[in-house]
Amino acid sequence: MASAPISQAANTLSSGKRARALVTPEGLAMPVVVASRSARIGALMLDLIILLTALFLIDVALDAILGGVGIDPDLTATDNNSAAREFVMITSIILGFAGWYGYFLVQELGPRGATFGKRILGIRVAARGGARLTPEAVIARNLLRDVEIFYPIVFLLFTLALSVMGEMDSAMLWAALIWFLLFALFPLFNKDALRAGDIVAGTWVVEAPKAKLAAAISTQGAASVESASAVTGTRYEFGEAELSIYGERELQTLERMLREGNEEALSAVHTTICRKIGWEPGEGDERAFLEAYYAQLRARLENNMRFGLRKADKHS
Amino acid sequence: MNASKSLSSLGGFFTRRSIEAPADIESAALRSDRFRLEREGDWRRLESIVSRMEKGGLKKVNDEDLLALPTLYRTAASSLSVARETSLDLATLGYLESLVQRAWFQVYGPRKGLFAWLREFLFGGWSRAVQAIWLDICIALFVSISGAVVGWLLVEQDNEWFFRLVPERMAQGRVPGATRESLESMLAVEQDAGGLSTFAASLFSNNAGVSILAFALGFAFGIPSLLLLVHNMALLGAMIWVFGSVGLGYEFGGWLSVHGTTELFGIVLSGAAGLHIGRSMAFPGKAAVLDAAAAAGRRAAVVMLGVVIMMIVAALLEAFPRQLVEGATNRYLIGGFFLAFWLSYFFLLRVPAPGAVKGKA
Repeated sequence: MASAPISQAANTLSSGKRARALVTPEGLAMPVVVASRSARIGALMLDLIILLTALFLIDVALDAILGGVGIDPDLTATDNNSAAREFVMITSIILGFAGWYGYFLVQELGPRGATFGKRILGIRVAARGGARLTPEAVIARNLLRDVEIFYPIVFLLFTLALSVMGEMDSAMLWAALIWFLLFALFPLFNKDALRAGDIVAGTWVVEAPKAKLAAAISTQGAASVESASAVTGTRYEFGEAELSIYGERELQTLERMLREGNEEALSAVHTTICRKIGWEPGEGDERAFLEAYYAQLRARLENNMRFGLRKADKHS
Repeated sequence: MNASKSLSSLGGFFTRRSIEAPADIESAALRSDRFRLEREGDWRRLESIVSRMEKGGLKKVNDEDLLALPTLYRTAASSLSVARETSLDLATLGYLESLVQRAWFQVYGPRKGLFAWLREFLFGGWSRAVQAIWLDICIALFVSISGAVVGWLLVEQDNEWFFRLVPERMAQGRVPGATRESLESMLAVEQDAGGLSTFAASLFSNNAGVSILAFALGFAFGIPSLLLLVHNMALLGAMIWVFGSVGLGYEFGGWLSVHGTTELFGIVLSGAAGLHIGRSMAFPGKAAVLDAAAAAGRRAAVVMLGVVIMMIVAALLEAFPRQLVEGATNRYLIGGFFLAFWLSYFFLLRVPAPGAVKGKA
C-alpha cells in the first residue's frame, strides 16, 4: 500500500499521446500538448453561455429602455413610436450578428489567442506547424463553426419538430442527424483533435500552461549544502547502494510530494524508502530524511546524466 | 511626455523587482539548481514582459523591455534545452517549457492587429483573394446560370415545378397564374421608408447566413456548395418565368438588379470560395491535403469576409433604393453601377501583396 504514491507517478512533462513537438524558427523543439477534446467542448459551452447570456441581457436592457421611455416594445403595436422600436430592433439584430462572429474573432486574434472559455480552461488557438497565426486563419476557422455546430443543431431540431408533427418523413431527420454527427464526431477521428474549421484554417488548439516557478528544493532544509535536519540535527548520508534503487520517475514523484507537503503521504513514502534501503524507519523527522534523500538521489542521477547514463525508473 | 515617463518608471520598477536576486546561490547543493538560480532573474523578467503583453498588447511594454524581449526569449529557450539535458527538476522544466511557449506566442504572434489588417484587406487584399480564385468563380458562375436556366425551363414545361422549387412563405403570391396587376404591385415602390430598415437588417442577417453556408459546405469537396447555388438560382429562374409569362420580365429585371447585382455576385463568390476549398482538398497537387486545405481556406476566408460586406450593401440597396426608386430604367442604372463597381474593384485593382511585411515574417 505504501509504495502506491511512488508507483502512481504520472508524467506531467509529456501528456502522453497528446504531446507534439513544434519546431521554432530557432530550431528549438518546443513541446506543445494538443488540447483534450473535453476541454474544447467545455470551452465552447462556456463561450456559448457567456455569449448568449450577454446578448439576452442586452436585449432585455434595450426593451427596458424602451419601456422606460413609455414605449411598448411589442413590434405589432400600432402607435406613432414605430421609429424608436425599429431602431432598437435593428440594433439588436446587428448586435446579434456582430456578437456572434466578433466574440470569437476579436478574442482569438488577441495576444492570448483564446476566447474567455478557452482561457478559463487553459487552452489557445495556434497555427499548426509553428507558423504565425494570421487573421485569415482565425476568420476561416470561425466561419466553419456555424456549419459544424449551429446549422446542424437548428436543422435537427427543425426536422425533429416537423417529423413529430408528421409533416416530414424520417429521411430528412436522418440526413440532419448524419450532418450533425459527421462534424461533431470529426475531432474524434484524427490524432490532433482537429475540427473541420481547424483543417480549413490550418490551426489547432493547444494547451497554454501557465506555470509558476517553484522554489528550488536544494536550497532549503536538509537538502541544502549543510544538509542537517532542523529537528534533530542529524545529517543523513546515503551510500551508493541506497541511491541506486530508484530512477528519474520516482525522483520526480518524490519532488512533487515534497512540494505538496502532505504529511501523511510523506510519512508513507518515508516508510517505503526506509524499508527498501534496509533502514529502520524512525518517526518525526520524515521531511528532513526525504529532502536529504531527494537531494542526494538527484545529485547522483544528474551526475550520471552528464555522462549519458540515464535511469528512467526503478525497473531499469 | 508625462505618460511615457511614468510608463518607463513603471517598467523600471518591474525590472528591478524581477531581477531581485533569488535565494543565495551558494546554499544550493545541486549543480542544476545553481544553474537555475543564476538564470532565474532573466526568466522572471521575461515572464513579466510576456504577462503584460498578454494582458494589453504592446502598449503596456516600454521600449527597453521590447528590445530585450527577443534576447530574453532566446536565453530562456537555450536554458530550456540545457536544462533538459542536465536537470531532473520537474518544476523548473515545466516552468521553462510554459515560459518558452508563452514567449514564443508573443514573439511570433499575429503581427498585425485587426484594424491594420482590415485596412490592408480593403485596399488590395480582398481583390487579390478574389483574383486568386478566378477559376472557381467561373465554375460557380456557370453553375449558377445553368441553375437559373434549368429553373426557368422546368417551370415552363410544368407549372407544378414552381411549387416544388419555391417555398410558399417565400412566394407571397408571386406564383404562376397570378394576375399582371398583382405582380405589378409587388414591384411598385413603398410610400415611405418606415419599416424598411428592420427589413434591411433581417435581410442582411439572412443573406449573410446563406452565403456563409455556401462557403462552409465547400468542405465536403465543394459539391454541396454547387448544389446550394443550383437550388437558389433555379428558384430565381422560376421567379423570372412567372414575371416573364405576364410580360413583366423587363420590370422584374430592374427590380431585381438594384440589389441583385451585389447580392447574387456575393452568393456566387461564396459558392466559389467553398468550391475553392473543396477543389484543393480533392486535388491538392504536390502539397499534403491538410496544407492545401489550409492554404485554400485562408484565401477563401478573405473572400468570405468581403462577401459579408457585400451582403450589407445588398441589404441596404434592397431595403431602400429598390423600394423607393421608381421606374425600371433607374433601377437598372443603380444595379449596373454596382456591378461595374464590383467588377472593377475586384479585377482592375491590382495592389501587389505587401512583400516587405512578408519578408520580415
